Amino acid sequence: MSFLRIQNIHHTYFSNQTAATALADISLDIEKGEFVSFLGPSGCGKTTLLSIIAGLFPPTSGKILLENKPLNADSDTSIGYMLQQDYLFPWKTIEENILLGLKLIKKDEGLERIKTLKLLTEVGLGGTGKMYPRELSGGMRQRAALARTLAVDPKILLLDEPFSALDYQTKLKLEDLVFETLKSFGKTAVLVTHDIGEAIAMSDRIYLFSPNPGRVHKTFEVSDELRELMPFDARNHPQYPILFQTIWKELESLEY
Amino acid sequence: MNIDQLHHQYKSSLKKENRLIRLYQILIFLVFFSSWELFSRKEWIDPLIFSSPTKVWQLFMQKLSDGTLLSHSGVTLFETVLGFIIGTLLGTVLASLLWWSPRLSKTLDPYLVILNAMPKVALGPIIIVAFGPGFPSIISMGAIISIIITTIVVYTAFREVDPNYLKVLQTFGATRTQKFREAILPASFPTIISTLKVNVGLSWVGVVVGEFLVSAKGLGYLIIYGFQVFNFTLVMLALMIIAVFATIMYQLVELLERKLIKD
Ligand SMILES: Nc1ncnc2c1ncn2[C@@H]1O[C@H](COP(=O)(O)OP(=O)(O)OP(=O)(O)O)[C@@H](O)[C@H]1O
Ligand SMILES: [Mg+2]
Repeated sequence: MSFLRIQNIHHTYFSNQTAATALADISLDIEKGEFVSFLGPSGCGKTTLLSIIAGLFPPTSGKILLENKPLNADSDTSIGYMLQQDYLFPWKTIEENILLGLKLIKKDEGLERIKTLKLLTEVGLGGTGKMYPRELSGGMRQRAALARTLAVDPKILLLDEPFSALDYQTKLKLEDLVFETLKSFGKTAVLVTHDIGEAIAMSDRIYLFSPNPGRVHKTFEVSDELRELMPFDARNHPQYPILFQTIWKELESLEY
Repeated sequence: MNIDQLHHQYKSSLKKENRLIRLYQILIFLVFFSSWELFSRKEWIDPLIFSSPTKVWQLFMQKLSDGTLLSHSGVTLFETVLGFIIGTLLGTVLASLLWWSPRLSKTLDPYLVILNAMPKVALGPIIIVAFGPGFPSIISMGAIISIIITTIVVYTAFREVDPNYLKVLQTFGATRTQKFREAILPASFPTIISTLKVNVGLSWVGVVVGEFLVSAKGLGYLIIYGFQVFNFTLVMLALMIIAVFATIMYQLVELLERKLIKD
């Protein structure tokens, strides 16, 4: 039995005039500890699918099972969600921000608190706990957002283009950091990205989506060799450009 | 050292500019009061209607020593501060209720528009009949004048909070109360403070009009009484005191703003 099962998800957005189908017949399984990516042109429903997995709204039809149980976002914190921007609360200090999730379930004291503050050091933000988000750079803020997401110890992490607002160098460094952190905690993760290179460098498997309505067009397995490498090193591996070309051609073919 | 010198120059030019502005401000003040005095003495303006600064000052000293001024000012200040606090608080609570229930807010929308367009002081006579001619009526006037506009402005601010903050909270399994406390309310603080500033002015209007109508005590009563016995020095005195108190209240709100919003 798979860790996360996504079964026959359909989703249609309704409004007064229109009914826009964003997702059709999505089924996929993700194993524990895997890192998978959703890749595809703009508007093919990646964010919609991620929001549904996160339980932000129910799909029009279909089922999501985490460890064989249906998900209920309102009652647990087994899903961590990271957005394109950090959305740190500007009126809270970094420390208060990363303790937010625990505060909501009244566990922000004692051992949990110490563990969380240690997390801050692990993402390279030691000593910034008393600062406000506006005093940090974009990359530091995104790292703080990662710490906030990890603080509640989610079973699965959903990352919706978390690096796309960053400059290239920061992005490469952060890819390595996120990769390493998630592997060390043995977390399962789903990454949405527009960047083919990022998908190859970070994931074990890549789902390519096609638009109108969003479907899984093709699945690419990343070779064991590339998987083992840190994202930065993977980008320099001889197999990297080959897979890149394959996915690129496939993506091109979708445009017509 | 060149940089130091330039910095020094910059600082002194800044100081000079500030001093100049201060000077002009004092100048306006002096010109206003001295020409008022002069015009009144030369009878270029009717001294019976416009009085004069010295007469106002004499009356001020006299009323201060017989204690009547203190009691009238105290009453009005008390009513205004209370009206202001109640108005702002109820307005914010009402806005929270509307945020809580979208259905309620849609239902009440046209009524809010009507109530907002309505001149609240026109309700004065009804309020006085309902609550009796005393404190409660006047405080209600001070409050009612700001409730609806506070509700509308604060509710709009609640709705404009970036939904992504709520998304973050939702993935942590936050309840609606928690979303309100952690995101909606703190994100709206700047708007709430700016409505406070508007409400300072509004509460004075409500209370003074209330005192006009009840005509028993307070600065509004002094104005109406001075008008009836044609003692315009008294009217001017009351106006001056209102101006001073309103300014102090406004400054206090600004102090609060600096305390609450660190940006
Ligand atoms: N709240 C909404 N109401 C109506 N339609 C929506 C809504 N959100 C998304 N859509 C539509 O659903 C489709 C999929 O949107 P979605 O945001 O999931 O795409 P995406 O793959 O994440 O795109 P991008 O790569 O640009 O982020 C789009 O056609 C979009 O217009
Ligand atoms: Mg998207």
